[in-house]
Formats: sequence, C-alpha cells, structure tokens
Amino acid sequence: MTQLIVKNGFVYDPLNRVDGEKMDLAISDGKIVGKVDEKKANAIDASGMIVMPGGVDIHCHIAGAEVNTGRLLRPEDHFRDVEAKTAITRSGVGYSVPSTFTTGYRYAKMGYTTIMNPSMPPLEARHTHEELDDTPMVDKASYPLLGDWWFVLEYLRDGMIKECATHVAWIMVATKGYAIKIVNPGGLEAWGFGQNVRNIDDPVPRFNITPKEIIRGLCKVNKLLHMPHTIHVHTNNLGKAGNYATALDTMKCVENLASEDKPVIHITHCQFSAFKGSNWRTLTSGAEEIAKYVNHHRHVTLDLGQVVFTDTTTMTADGPFQYGLYQLTSNKWVNHDVETETSSGIVPFRYRRKSYVHAIQWSIGLELALLVKDPWRIYLTTDHPNAAPFITYPRIISWLMSRNARDLTMKRISKRARHKSLLPSIKREYSFYEIAIVTRAGQAKSLNLTQKGHLGIGADADIAIYNINPELVDPSRKHKAVRKAFENTAYTIKNGEIVAKDGKIVKPVRGKTFWVNPQLSSPIEVADDMKRRFREYWTVEYENYSIPEGFLTASAPISVKAEV
Amino acid sequence: MITLYPKRLFKAPLDAQCITPDIFSEKSVSKIAELQIWEGNRKRNLNQLFKIEYNTKNQSKEMTIQILGDARKVRRIGAKMSSGKIIIDGDAGMHLGEEMQGGTIVVTGRAGSWTGCMMKKGLIQIKGDAGDYIGAAYRGSSHGMNGGKIVVHGNAGNEVGCFMRSGLIRIDGNVGQFVGIHMRNGTITVQGSSKGRDGAQMNGGKIVVCGHTPSILPTFTIDSIKPKVKINGEDVKGPFYKFAGDLAEGGNGKLFVSQIQNPHLKFYEKYLE
Repeated sequence: MTQLIVKNGFVYDPLNRVDGEKMDLAISDGKIVGKVDEKKANAIDASGMIVMPGGVDIHCHIAGAEVNTGRLLRPEDHFRDVEAKTAITRSGVGYSVPSTFTTGYRYAKMGYTTIMNPSMPPLEARHTHEELDDTPMVDKASYPLLGDWWFVLEYLRDGMIKECATHVAWIMVATKGYAIKIVNPGGLEAWGFGQNVRNIDDPVPRFNITPKEIIRGLCKVNKLLHMPHTIHVHTNNLGKAGNYATALDTMKCVENLASEDKPVIHITHCQFSAFKGSNWRTLTSGAEEIAKYVNHHRHVTLDLGQVVFTDTTTMTADGPFQYGLYQLTSNKWVNHDVETETSSGIVPFRYRRKSYVHAIQWSIGLELALLVKDPWRIYLTTDHPNAAPFITYPRIISWLMSRNARDLTMKRISKRARHKSLLPSIKREYSFYEIAIVTRAGQAKSLNLTQKGHLGIGADADIAIYNINPELVDPSRKHKAVRKAFENTAYTIKNGEIVAKDGKIVKPVRGKTFWVNPQLSSPIEVADDMKRRFREYWTVEYENYSIPEGFLTASAPISVKAEV
Repeated sequence: MITLYPKRLFKAPLDAQCITPDIFSEKSVSKIAELQIWEGNRKRNLNQLFKIEYNTKNQSKEMTIQILGDARKVRRIGAKMSSGKIIIDGDAGMHLGEEMQGGTIVVTGRAGSWTGCMMKKGLIQIKGDAGDYIGAAYRGSSHGMNGGKIVVHGNAGNEVGCFMRSGLIRIDGNVGQFVGIHMRNGTITVQGSSKGRDGAQMNGGKIVVCGHTPSILPTFTIDSIKPKVKINGEDVKGPFYKFAGDLAEGGNGKLFVSQIQNPHLKFYEKYLE
C-alpha cells in the first residue's frame, strides 16, 4: 500500500473549480483520498510549483498499422532523434512518428497520462492494440473508423437505426473501441474507386446515401448506445480552401439532435476545416465564423490541430486528402485501401514560416483557440503528427498564454499572412486555469472519463507537477519560462506512483486500455447473412475478427447501458 | 599535424565521427586520446584503437589529421567537419565526410559507400575507387549533397549523387547504374562509362557521360547535339547527345551522352529533323 502526499502546490483542478489554491493532495492505492497518515506517507514538496491532473489527449495518432507504416516511411525522421537505452527504459527514436516506448516516455515527461488513438480501421484493430500494449506510462483507448463501413452505410440508407446501433455495439466489443470515429464520411468509400464527395449533401456513389445522413445516423446511434464520447468527426473536404462552410454544415446538421445542452458532435483538428477562400492564393481564415457558431451553440466541441512550423508526417484515414497533399508536395506517399472499411494515406510534410498557406494555418489554430469563448469546448491538440508532433504542446501553451510569444512568431512568418491574420486584434491570453481545462479537464469531460482529468476524491492519482510559480511568474512576459516548465514535469505521478522526475523516467509502468462494452437488452448477435458476407468480402473470417478481451494486457472495459 | 596508426586490423565497424579537425583542435593531447569510439558494441578510447603521434603543439581548426594504415572499417571519418584537412593513406570506410561543411579529405586508397552524403561544402578526393551512394541523401530523405566537390579518380558504384541539390561530382572511371537518380540540381561528370538508367527521376541539374551507356530511359527526350559541354568553366569536348528529362516527373534536367562512344543511340538523331 503506497501512500503519497503532495504538499503546498498551487493546485489547478477545473472540474472541481480549484483555481491555483495552495493545498495538499493525499494519495493512497493509486487514488486521491481525503487523508492519509502523514507519518507513513512519502511527501513531495511541491511548494512554488503548479499541480494539475495528468494530461489527457483526445486525439493523437500513436499506434496502429498507419502509424507503423509512417515509421517505415521515414528513416530520415528518426536518425537525428535517437534515445539511448537506460537501466530502466528502452531505446527508441523520435521525431514525428516515435517508436511506441518513446511515445509513452515522452508523454509522461510532459505530464500526460491518458492518450486517445483516434483512427483505428476495425480490420487493423489487433495490430493497434498490440502497439498500444507496448506504449507504456499512459492509459489509452482507440476509436474505430465507422463512417465508411459498408454495413453501417447500408443500415443507415435503409433507415434501420436500431439494427445499426446493435451492429456498432458489436464492432465496439469486437475491436475494443471507445468512440465512433467518422472520417470524411462517404468520401473514403468513394476513394476506393478514385472518387470523393464534394459536400455533405453529395450522394456516395453506389450507396445512395449522403454524408449528412451518415453523420446524423451515427449521431443517433451514439445516443442510443449512450456512448461516453460523442461522435468524433473529421469533416468532408478537409484541407481544401473554402471548407469552413462544410464544417459549419456538419455542425448544423446535428443541431436538432442535441438535448440538455450536451455536446453531440466533436469536430476534430478543426484548424484543417476552417479555410476560407476559393483557392490557395486567396486562402484566409474561417476561424471567426466557426468560433461564432460554436459560441452560440452548445452541442459542438472542437479540438485544435494546431500547426507548429516543423518537419512532420501527415497521416489520416482520409485517402483523397492525402492524395491532394502528395500532388502538392511531390513527396513520397503511401496510399492504402482497407477493404470494405476505410482508406488511409501518409505524406511527409514540412510547415514553413515563410509559406503563406502554412502561416495562415498556424494563425487559424490560435484564432480558434482564442475566439471560442468557452475553454470547456475547445481542446489543445496538434492532431499528432499531422500538424506537429505532440512534443510541441509546451510551445502552443506559451502562444496561448502570451501575446508577446505570438507577436514574436508573427514577426517571422510570411508577410502576406501577417497582414491577413486576425491574431494582432486578439488580446486574450489564457490563464493557467484555462490551460488546465484545454489540456486535461475539458478533454476528460468530453470523453466522459470520470476518473481522469480531475483531482477530486476517488479520482485516479494521475498528477503532473510543473516547476513554475504562478505567483512569481507572469506567463505573458515570461513565456519562455512557461514553455520550459511544461516541457518536463518536476514530477509525473501515475496511479499513485512517481514515474517521471525532472524530465527523467524513474519508473516505467504499464497503462490500461479502455474500451466500451454496451449492454443491450438482448445479447449481441450477428446475423448469418452478415457472417456469410464476411466470408465473401473480408480477408479475415468472422470467427477470427473479434479480439478477445484476454488479448489486451490491461483491459479496462467501461459498461454502458444502451437503449436497444 | 596529428597522425593516427591503427593498432590492429579492425573486424567490427568503428563509429569514428570524432575524428575531425574541429573536435581535435578544441581538445588537449590527453583529451584527444580519451575520445570515445564505438567498436561494434564496445565503447573504446581513441588511444586503445590507434597509436597517436603529435607532430605539432599548435592545434588550430586548420590542422591536418593523417591516418596511416587500413581504415576500411572506420566509418564517419570527418563527419560534419568544417575546416582543416584529413589525409587517409590507405582505404577509408563508409560515410566518409558525412554532412561535411568545409575543409578537405584526401583518400589515397579506396573509399566505402555513402562518401560525402549530405555534404554542404568542402572537397573530397578519392584516388582509388569509391562505393555506392556517393554524395547521396540519408535513406528516405530528399536532401542529398548540397554543395562542395567530390572527385573520384577510380570507379564509383550505383546511385552516384542520389537526391543531389548542388555541387559537383567528378568520376574519372566508370559508374554503376542510376547515376544522378532523383537529382534536383548540381553537376555530375563521368569520364568513363555508365551501366545505364542515368538520371532516373531527375528534375534539374546536369549529368555528363563521356563514355558508353547501354540506353537512355524512355522518359527522356532528345534535345540537340552539342559539340562541347561547359563544366565549372571548363570545356569538355564532345560531341554529345543532349537529352531532357525526366519527363515522367515534369523535370528539366540535362543529360549529355557522348555521340562517338554510343553509336547505338544514333536512332535518336532522326527525331531532331
């Protein structure tokens, strides 16, 4: 029985409305408790430091067939960023597509303890979970891609919402998934035949269903199953000039499905969906329109997908978008068709300060973060590794907290982009409290992970302690100190144990894998017809398709009571 | 000048990126002896592997380092060096002068593969033969040699100047396949013959083959016949067939191939009329 006391830290715990209060935290058996015996417990002196719940990342590609192919594609990305083996940690490489162990270590050093892997083709679920098992230090979960799954499209076309819900429940259990991920709904199915869809009312070839119907259908399914997270949507037309209209249409199409102010849709890496203009030359920011809509409607949550100027690797399930990137860069490209389920693509990419388009993208991300008034509904991500590797989060935090930091970068970007950017007119600067919301509390709330993202009694003892004194340091002026503090924690505590200290891993631990286990009124059954079609269309037989729970090293099912 | 004599015949590869004038000039004599080198999976000091002879007390960045003996297994000599001179009297291992930023390297024997890969400035001179990927990019990268000069007096292997962006490579002997593959800019001259597929996927730069080449890739088109080619201000006498390509990439690279040495390419002449 390990007991710990974190003493005298400035605690930021937005879910319990604790804003920089100086207080002690007691930990016993991996949970936060009210009190422990001070004589028996180990004490951590956190005076002059910030104490926050462990970070939660709602969207970052860290495991799976796609990420692994990205690793193979980019030896030149690895050779300058090598981590040697130590007595307790394994060797590995970075930079934009780090190896699994390095991913875990680097997240823990930044104080992150829960990571969501957002795109898992159901067929590749086994591989994804194998890699997640090998990602230490963090708890994790994965979202299966369902927006282009043939059976889902067929059920929704025929209006069979309940049958569709049963089917989605089966997929969640079979693939050990956590949320419904929708990528370019309909477009990926069309991409299998070299086509795409143009907007949310454009019918999907051969299926006679529109992307709007897919989004609405899966949103209803999500509600029927009482899934912890909302539908997680990567919009149509992503990365195309003028696509902010599509993003708005996507949010509007589920407006009437919302109830009790609860979010029903999450638009992910929104920066890539907020382009205004008719081509790359006339590209401007659509952040204002999107922020305005989000400020007036409570059914939407967003995450940023913030661009940082660096060399990275783009990888999405959005095959046609990746093809566009490949044509733009004439760099190397991987294109993949996952049978009847989805597609994917990978292209290495460098974001350049002096490029007009890239600088506008950088600006859009920050504009979104600063113009959306409610921090509970916008989260800090880089869509790792698409807009930047996750190790750049501290940098983004310093931009959010300091107008000076933004101005300094602004001076170095493309001149044309500087004149078009809205940033100079925005005075807002995030406080530490708001940073705690966008990096952990808000994300945990959106994912409905009740044990994460807060430090109330009964919560998992996942804690990040950063060596920066909010009473002495003005983050607006000392943005470099802020950045440095968030790069490496003074202590990272996972499940009540100190796992990282002063930027070094001191104890490697294994994280859990969350998955949703919907409880239906009758046991989930798969029709014989479907089994037959599995045999006809898939390379993997139905009998071998499901992942047994024993396959996960540390399985953490979350039971939800469904309405079907 | 510092002279290094290998103490024995190395069987495992040595990672010797510390052997550069830049690092030696910053260190005292005793500190140089303690520089760490990996031999296979063992960490060793420089003086365990080499006998070190100091011929001067004044070390500057312009100093000369000499290696006398067999350095075939010694890799990354002169990596990232920016000035001074390294003379290898014998053979050199792989990755010689990797990411070099200035200075001179002379090898009297043969050099391994990846010589001068990603180099930016300086001169590498190989008196014997060289391996594959001379002046190339790191695996997967599209940033090859970006300046400087590599001269090989013997033959070179495959993929000379892969992803080359600037600079000059001169091969006096013959080359293998794919000379100037993915080339973006810069110049490669081959005095001898090539094994073919010259300039595949090039979209800029200049390749001159003075000897025989088996055939020209179908994605190249004949442009004209030139009596001579100018390289670094010097004329190379021809006549040469001038091809443009690689058109599959929309490239505008120039490939010059000797007319006299390649009578089997005569059929291209009819497309010039």
